[in-house]
Amino acid sequence: MTTVTNGVNVQALLDAREVLKGAPEAAQFTWRASAQWQNGVHSQIKVNSFFGLGEEQNHLQESVFEADHPEVFAATDNGITPIEYLIVGLASCLTAGVASVAENRGIQLRSVTSTVEGAHDIRGILGADSDVRNGFNDIKVTFSIDADASREDIEALVAQSQKRSAVFDALTNPTNVTVEVA
Amino acid sequence: MGDQAIERITTVVVGAGHAGLAASHFLGERSVDHVVLERGEVANSWRRERWDSLRLLTPNWQSCLPGLRYEGPDPDGYMTMGEVTQFIERFAAVSRAPVRTGVNVTSVWPADDGYHVMTTHGEIRCRTVVIASGACNQPTVPGFSEAVPPSVEQLTSFDYRDPAKLPDGGVLVVGASATGVQLAAEVQRSGRPVTLAVGEHVRLPRTYRGRDVLWWMDASGLWDQRYDEVDDLTRARRLPSPQLVGTPERSTLDLNQLASMGVELVGRWAAVRDGRALFSGGLRNVFSLADLKMRRLLETFDEWARAQGRDADVDPPERFAPTRVPSSPRLQLDLGSGEIRSVVWATGFRPDYGWLDVPVVDAKGQLRHEGGVAGRPGLYALGLPVLRRRKSTFIYGIEDDAREVIDHLARYLAAGR
Repeated sequence: MTTVTNGVNVQALLDAREVLKGAPEAAQFTWRASAQWQNGVHSQIKVNSFFGLGEEQNHLQESVFEADHPEVFAATDNGITPIEYLIVGLASCLTAGVASVAENRGIQLRSVTSTVEGAHDIRGILGADSDVRNGFNDIKVTFSIDADASREDIEALVAQSQKRSAVFDALTNPTNVTVEVA
Repeated sequence: MGDQAIERITTVVVGAGHAGLAASHFLGERSVDHVVLERGEVANSWRRERWDSLRLLTPNWQSCLPGLRYEGPDPDGYMTMGEVTQFIERFAAVSRAPVRTGVNVTSVWPADDGYHVMTTHGEIRCRTVVIASGACNQPTVPGFSEAVPPSVEQLTSFDYRDPAKLPDGGVLVVGASATGVQLAAEVQRSGRPVTLAVGEHVRLPRTYRGRDVLWWMDASGLWDQRYDEVDDLTRARRLPSPQLVGTPERSTLDLNQLASMGVELVGRWAAVRDGRALFSGGLRNVFSLADLKMRRLLETFDEWARAQGRDADVDPPERFAPTRVPSSPRLQLDLGSGEIRSVVWATGFRPDYGWLDVPVVDAKGQLRHEGGVAGRPGLYALGLPVLRRRKSTFIYGIEDDAREVIDHLARYLAAGR
């Protein structure tokens, strides 16, 4: 059997799956982001700490994101719009899934690119038409994958990555959201 | 009851369905003194816990039990529930199974040399117990069913008998296993518009290359794959039943078929919020997964036929159209609008081990066992999904399982003497 190297430590993931089967409390993670209003519709978001495996954890380094709106929204465009962060999350999550599933199935990847398009009717957020929702109407992800595998196996990779994707689930299924003033 | 003498029997079998009776057959062959306790009548669940039009998913020629074969005129047909009941009754009679009907087992707990079995007719002490009480004792319904407004009637597949008993108006069928697709089709035909909530499912054609798809499962050896050879056993045991129906026409009942009949397909029902049902937007992917898996399975069959030189015995390979994705499946539905008058939950079943006071049941309510040998010596199980091999789920699979499990039981008894 030839060794596949997509750079995913699948063994560690499979080991974790076995361990966490018997230790559901250690599997409880909390992800955090903290946002700071800058000016106008510009905010800065920092992400560093999270909780998991029973204790506080930190990323190797803090990440800082700028969120704003484009000039066509009469804004300063210091960064991408908040709803764009959702498709950033979706694209990266599905791509990570493709790599992991490929590693596990012994498929060598050469390149994986994808484009995500979220169809958004902004009359919703503007309050111009109460029948129009605020969020995306439709999201379309298109993968181009070059790999040592048949088209069918590649389709199966992409299907499985959706099946195990946190962001795909978060976008396709309802989630309880609590927003309160501290 | 406390003054009653305690009866002593070597083996107690709980349940007189096909599994318990098959256990009894092999216990009898080995002259193991035993009794089969049945809360109701022989084949009780088949009689009382199924809807009227149901037929077996397996063709008649696969309806066989140890020493009993189907000998009727229609080997490719599918038994009605009445016929299944008669078939199992005949098996009980032919194998002279020592069945006690109307005896409910209320508790089983460990004794020094075996088990105490408390029943509604007194206590039995035994060395071994075979649990054959079935995998489908209770329908499972998600917790958010409590948030469905009272104006909408709710039924499970245990309550459902025929569409005429449903209120007029729209019906939301939840789940796309064999149960879900069969009920969706039947209810739609009754003139009640059906919305079907579809999660992960198993798509299969009824026939492939001119043979029943279950002939292929059997002939290709797939059904004989052992539990310890299955990649992901937990998943295999939880797999929903395939989208099949047993009809005289041997027709396929997949989601394309249902959509052509006018059934509206929506994603998995995920929550109720403010009186509205919210459905998953992931419908396209559950279609893809099922289509891909079906195609892979059919390719396995083709490879087998080629390798075995059986291509001439069957029709040419077939490929089926992908499941058609509705242009914009609905993501929510107002349960208070009157559009939906009833909900039929076809969301699976779980076994009931409430009577089993032995620490062999996991946090999810499933029995811990290795191929039917449970976690405490002398305790066995039969008739659970993928118990020892993929075909365990079906009546057709019980003979091999029962023989091997009772072999183990007999060795255990012999070693203990």
